Amino acid sequence: MARTLLLRLAVALLAALTAALGGQARADIVRLAVASNFAEPMQTLAEAFSAGTGHTLIISNGSTGRLYAQIVNGAPFDVFLAADTVRPARLVEDGLAVAGSAQTYATGRLALMEPGDATAGTPSPLQRLQSGDYRRLALASPDLAPYGAAAHQVLAHLDLQTASASRQVFGENIGQTYAFVATGNADLGFVALSQIRHPGSAPAGRYDLIPAGWHDPIRQDAVLLERSNDNEAARAFLDFLALPEARDIIAAHGYEAPE
Amino acid sequence: MSESLPAILLTVQLALVTTLILFVIGTPLAWWLANTRTRFKPIVEAVTALPLVLPPTVIGFYLLILFNPGSAIGGLWVRLAGDTLAFSLSGLVIASVIYSLPFMVQPLQTAFERVGQAPRDAAASLGASPLDAFVSVVMPLSLRGFITAGGLSFIHTVGEFGVVLMVGGNIPGRTRVVSIALYDHVETLDYASAHALALGLVAASLSVLVAVFLINRRYPVHAG
Repeated sequence: MARTLLLRLAVALLAALTAALGGQARADIVRLAVASNFAEPMQTLAEAFSAGTGHTLIISNGSTGRLYAQIVNGAPFDVFLAADTVRPARLVEDGLAVAGSAQTYATGRLALMEPGDATAGTPSPLQRLQSGDYRRLALASPDLAPYGAAAHQVLAHLDLQTASASRQVFGENIGQTYAFVATGNADLGFVALSQIRHPGSAPAGRYDLIPAGWHDPIRQDAVLLERSNDNEAARAFLDFLALPEARDIIAAHGYEAPE
Repeated sequence: MSESLPAILLTVQLALVTTLILFVIGTPLAWWLANTRTRFKPIVEAVTALPLVLPPTVIGFYLLILFNPGSAIGGLWVRLAGDTLAFSLSGLVIASVIYSLPFMVQPLQTAFERVGQAPRDAAASLGASPLDAFVSVVMPLSLRGFITAGGLSFIHTVGEFGVVLMVGGNIPGRTRVVSIALYDHVETLDYASAHALALGLVAASLSVLVAVFLINRRYPVHAG
């Protein structure tokens, strides 16, 4: 008898606790699933958005593929900022995202980066890629990360896929790929321009911008998830992304902001 | 299943090499810990146990820094082996040896402590050298510890994930072990392949553990 009572008490306590936490979450908190390449500008955007509206943004970074898989399995996100247009569209098809809410917030650019300080007169990263003068070439996993798929297209465009195959190493997302290069373990890597170009400071390492014509445009779509259809703060954030203030921030990080 | 074969072979290879190296490193370390009277013993024991409590991300991050060809160790390795430690099987072996060290040392240390001083004194009085006494008296009496240590180190290495994810680079046939391949399948929503690998890992782990417990029952403790 006493044990049943204790059990009931514990269940009631747990329910009260989760209700308190959940209730707080509904009000004006927006949970964002953000593709890793956009992690840096997202920080600045979040500060600007929160300062203007008082809403709180909670950001989870990962590869677009991983975040998509998490959303399909019921992850509690309100807005998904993907690195492609395919997965947001698929979420709409599956009824997991609000139809008509998908919008392109940025078009990404790929960069080929090498670690350390540039030495004047030495071959550029792109020249090194073409002459095979590198030990390890880091790219994001093409199945999971759109920047990895774009890097694959660049290698195919340059007819270097076979030559580089045995030296490719894969980051689970573009953030891990960047870490492979930044720590010097890979001496060449395809990263997002946004990871190198920080407004107000020098780029971290030498890089070559990959011509946009060498791969399909990396159009990045944001989408409102179905479970948050009535979340006004989430809708406000999506509207904010299209405002000049947000577009300036996005452009300053090395993206082409949409027209 | 056939596409998973390279990952399975690689995982078994990694776990076998790691376990062998751990026997070589772990046996003297455990022997020393079982016999030392130094007051630094708790510190050495704590350092040995550290991989049990540290998140794999800590080990993975430090290894990434250490493996970098610009660092002393990473640079030396590139000069000797002509390849980076990160993204190579050798790098994974080093990571696994660190990660599984407590699973080797702790069962061995316990076993050595149980053998105690008496059998060694008896061997010595019969003219055996310390090494001879260790090989022909202590080791047979500690068989249970060796089986446990080897089995646990092997299967713990098979189950390793976080460190490999951080320093491996997910290269098919080179660093894509079963746990990483499984993760890839889950992320790309290929649940059929994920199920096959996950079930395989459960079956393999369970088999090794059951084998360890079964064998241990047949070789009861020889308390000193």
